[in-house]
Amino acid sequence: MIRSITQLKSEEEIDRLLEGLMRVFIVGCGTCVTLTHTGGEPEVTAMNESLSKKGKLITGQTVVPVACDNLTSDMLGEFGPQMDQSDALLIMTCAFGVQTIARQLKKMVVPALDTLFIGKETGPGEFNEVCIQCGTCIIGETGGICPVTSCHKGLVNGPCGGTDNGKCEIDRRKDCVWTMIYNRLLDLGRLDSMRIIQPPRNHLGEPTPGKMILPEA
Amino acid sequence: MSSLKEKLNNGSFVLTGEIGPPKGTDIEKHLEKAELIKDKVVAVNVTDLQSAILRAGSLATCHLLQQRGIEPVYQLTCRDRNRLALQSDLLSAWILGIKNVLCLTGDHTSLGDHPEAKPVFDFDSVHLLKASSILNSGKDLTGHDLDGSPNFFQGAVVSPGADPIEPQIIKMKKKVAAGAKFFQTQAVFDVEQFGEFVNKVNGLQVPIIAGIVILKSAGMASYMNEKVAGINVPDGLIKEMKNTEKSDIKKKAVEIAARLTRQVKPFCQGVHLMTLGWEELIPDIIEQAEIS
Repeated sequence: MIRSITQLKSEEEIDRLLEGLMRVFIVGCGTCVTLTHTGGEPEVTAMNESLSKKGKLITGQTVVPVACDNLTSDMLGEFGPQMDQSDALLIMTCAFGVQTIARQLKKMVVPALDTLFIGKETGPGEFNEVCIQCGTCIIGETGGICPVTSCHKGLVNGPCGGTDNGKCEIDRRKDCVWTMIYNRLLDLGRLDSMRIIQPPRNHLGEPTPGKMILPEA
Repeated sequence: MSSLKEKLNNGSFVLTGEIGPPKGTDIEKHLEKAELIKDKVVAVNVTDLQSAILRAGSLATCHLLQQRGIEPVYQLTCRDRNRLALQSDLLSAWILGIKNVLCLTGDHTSLGDHPEAKPVFDFDSVHLLKASSILNSGKDLTGHDLDGSPNFFQGAVVSPGADPIEPQIIKMKKKVAAGAKFFQTQAVFDVEQFGEFVNKVNGLQVPIIAGIVILKSAGMASYMNEKVAGINVPDGLIKEMKNTEKSDIKKKAVEIAARLTRQVKPFCQGVHLMTLGWEELIPDIIEQAEIS
């Protein structure tokens, strides 16, 4: 399943964001951030302890099942008063969760995490970005491997000169995606599709911020 | 008319040099380096924020070379400019009298001295070559007429030592289709490997100018082997540098560069000498390489 991959902000930044906000309610999420150990039950509890030691009054904490879904009335009923008592909600979820919660409550929200990318757990404790949602998918001609996402330069016409022995010059732990594409197309007997000159990317394919309205049936 | 183009077209073996703009505004000593080799090379490349390190611009430096009667090769990368800026800079270059452009992808920002900068890469090198070809035809990339158009002699780069080599060759062919009229290569030290590469791409019929980087020390050679993709300095050369007295190091550097030049000559149409500040050695390299 595709996941939102997050990383805890530095202690200094969280302290700065919470400056002058004495009463804090902490929200975690049972989905992606539980998987990445950035906003599950143990991390929320650890944050509670750490902030308490610094003199904050923690009015309560909870880990919602899916922070990017709307908060249920049950949840609001159970924790509503504790949230009301707080000066701010410290949200240990991805940015989607932070924004979803901010939309529903008239409360100051403070993100405790940075959202890095949308990706997949490809091995124990290893997460890789799989799609940058460019809006102009070319993987039909690259063996189902995405160079727009997986090449550091997003090159669409083949490798740069920084590739060597199948690795990328900017991070030797990373495979050169164009070597992977080449090997795959070679295996599939479809190298000709690598010879197609791909046009420059159409950035109108993903006007930021993205918005789509399904046509009425 | 570009002299580089003229010489390559008439089958002369060409020599080109390279300078990097200053990190700052004190450009005179950099121009003096180019003056030193003015009569020895047909054109001088000017790097474009090489290694993603902030420096003065390639365009302004090319213009100053032009004013001194030195033909520049304007290196232009896709790292820092989107397609509007790239096309605009190409038009500006032509207005300033610059005739040669070398179209590169560019080193990634994260390798340079402003690693948090946004890497642009709106275009890749194939797109940039194509854009230059289209501007040459009197149009812009979206088909609008230009009021006056350039006629660039545009080149590209290739890394003959990359492993695997086939993806590089596939891209090289795309570059030719996009309008590349000549190629400069990553530094060649392994002549046998270079010869094999050339045999594979002979059919393209596009001149290849082999990159020759001057070896300044054994340490530099080992560093490049470890850090620079596609460079393979054989152990023999490293040993040779190691066994050289410090006082003789420049002599040895000349000897190796001249030997490499002689060895690659049968396979290519010229050499691009990257002397990294030791430009004063170029006349000796040329003499020892026995290239008139």
